[in-house]
Amino acid sequence: MSDKAPSTQLPDTGSGSSADGGRSITGASILLDKVTKRYPGQSRAAVDGLTMEIPAGKIVMLVGPSGCGKTTTLKMINRLIEPTEGRIVLDGDDVTGINGDSLRRRIGYVIQAGGLFPHMSVAANIAIVPKMLGWSRDRIAARVDELLELVSLDPVQYRDRYPRELSGGQQQRVGVARALAADPPVLLMDEPFGAVDPITRVRLQDELISIQHELQKTIVCVTHDFDEAVKLGDWIAIFTEGAQLVQYDTPERILAEPANEFVENFIGSGAGLKQLTLTRVNEVDLQSAVTAEPGTLASDVLSRLDERGHDHAVILDSRNRPLQWLSRRQLSRLERIGADRDARLPLVGERASLNDALDIMLVSSVGAALVTGGRDSFRGVIDVETIMDAISKAHEHARTSHAHGKPVGINTNSMDAITAPRPAGPEPLPPEDGSRDGE
Amino acid sequence: MGAQTVALAADAAGLSWRPLLLQLGGILLAGILLAVWLVAADLTPTERTTLSPASLVVYTREHLALTLLSALIVLVIAVPLGIILTRGPFRRLTGPVLAVVNIGQAAPAIGLVVLLAAWLGFGFRAAVTALVLYALLPVLRNTMVGINQVDSRLVEAGRGMGMSALSVLLRVELPLAVPIMLAGIRTALVLLVGTAALATFINGGGLGILITTGVNLNLPRVLVAGAVIVALLALLIDWVGRVVEHLARPKGLS
Repeated sequence: MSDKAPSTQLPDTGSGSSADGGRSITGASILLDKVTKRYPGQSRAAVDGLTMEIPAGKIVMLVGPSGCGKTTTLKMINRLIEPTEGRIVLDGDDVTGINGDSLRRRIGYVIQAGGLFPHMSVAANIAIVPKMLGWSRDRIAARVDELLELVSLDPVQYRDRYPRELSGGQQQRVGVARALAADPPVLLMDEPFGAVDPITRVRLQDELISIQHELQKTIVCVTHDFDEAVKLGDWIAIFTEGAQLVQYDTPERILAEPANEFVENFIGSGAGLKQLTLTRVNEVDLQSAVTAEPGTLASDVLSRLDERGHDHAVILDSRNRPLQWLSRRQLSRLERIGADRDARLPLVGERASLNDALDIMLVSSVGAALVTGGRDSFRGVIDVETIMDAISKAHEHARTSHAHGKPVGINTNSMDAITAPRPAGPEPLPPEDGSRDGE
Repeated sequence: MGAQTVALAADAAGLSWRPLLLQLGGILLAGILLAVWLVAADLTPTERTTLSPASLVVYTREHLALTLLSALIVLVIAVPLGIILTRGPFRRLTGPVLAVVNIGQAAPAIGLVVLLAAWLGFGFRAAVTALVLYALLPVLRNTMVGINQVDSRLVEAGRGMGMSALSVLLRVELPLAVPIMLAGIRTALVLLVGTAALATFINGGGLGILITTGVNLNLPRVLVAGAVIVALLALLIDWVGRVVEHLARPKGLS
């Protein structure tokens, strides 16, 4: 199942490949096999003969305009909506006929705004599925705390709160924790970040990426926001009306080679800029910097700047965290370097996307940003040239290469829908495993 | 910010107790004034017999029996019926059922009481039947409204986690419907206390006898005393209902 990108420059969004992380995939693969949903009294099927493979341990984003059937498709995976025809296969087992409630206890489900029960405390909300599964009280309590920590909420502070005492972003976090409560292999998310403000949304997305990095679940996520799909998805499935799958590929490939005009329009303008969200800061070559500790003589630092031909020096504290970023002019005014922390330092985490880094460096006076890694320790400097280089390389690579382990996605009734952009002949059909094209 | 929210919530809870205390104080004060007036007033022997503490207790007890028994029957009928009418296949029956129940409410109470007496015979049973028909609507309607106003996404979230339909009803829909359902029950109780005064016309007992006696024998003081006692009883029951609503309201709702 490894789809390790062929080049280290090419981003492997979010989950990271299992080869380097050492984390094992806990997700399960999903197969929708010729699934159709017809509603009585409607001539057109809401979902029409969709066959789609969802690889284990990956984030698959379902995107498309509203009413395109993407949510129906999602809800057929946990059979909240029963398919009219076709099979749902979870981890090799046909689950089309089993009891829907017990199936859903094996699949995490997150909806917009979290869908928390307002009359239950945070802990009680998270404990719902474990309770249904008959876990002991101690085990549930331990699990609640563990999950709250996973979603960056302090258990002591938040476990007994009621949802209305939480902000929108916190509610959404608890919603994710609740869905993960019984450690399901699959997580379904229905526009999970649609109801929060843009800043919170970015933070929640970043957290989801890091949670996924740790847990390696199979996540299927519906969104109408293409940028979100690019940011989160290992694979993106673009639908038009009737859940016709227009393109099912990696974000890089969709941006570089949109299947048709519909996809182009859907991507919108600035495909190049969107490439920025695909590459993370730690995937590009950072520049080194002159560093110094508080208490050093400013003149010493200045002479080291001269030696290296740099214009700025980064002041680090004893734990290697950036305190200040001083220009020559600022240094020349000082005798010794102080230990104050500059609150306006342009800092960017090494797992942030180049897009976020660009945002930060554009508002900084230096036109560059300081990259920090684990425990906020200093890693290097990123500037605009670094980013431009990375874009052109990534774009070129996406154009010329084909993703490995590309999952099958096709509407059985319209064979050409997905294969159109591909130079090779018709897509080989399932069985689930013989479908890899080894280009 | 968190601590502040909690403090605000506590404030809100503290504030909402105050009107309850005021209401109770008002009822008690009016009750005491009435008692003082009864003791101090220069009553005729007929009035004194009718308004003697012993007979007042009997009338009040009858009145409460009428009210509470009817309320109990209303609950047993209307709450399950309301729940059933919000379940998938029965939803389409909502309109017709509400129309039928509306008749009970829309018909003049006195007409309903007398008509049923003509059918069932005079007495307690006919009175209770009439009262039940009369008070069915608010409980039924509020049960349905209470359940239907629960955010459908919460129901979906519950089902999506693997809760059965019954479990979602018992653990999500009903708890969240409780405030509205209780308001309906309180409305029904207050209606019942007032309407139970009509039971006396068909020999059903209750405080209504004071009012009819007052009218028939031209004893305005008996009439006023009867009306005031019925009103105070209604207010008292309303107060009890509010206290129950306050206590039974699920925590976490604003």
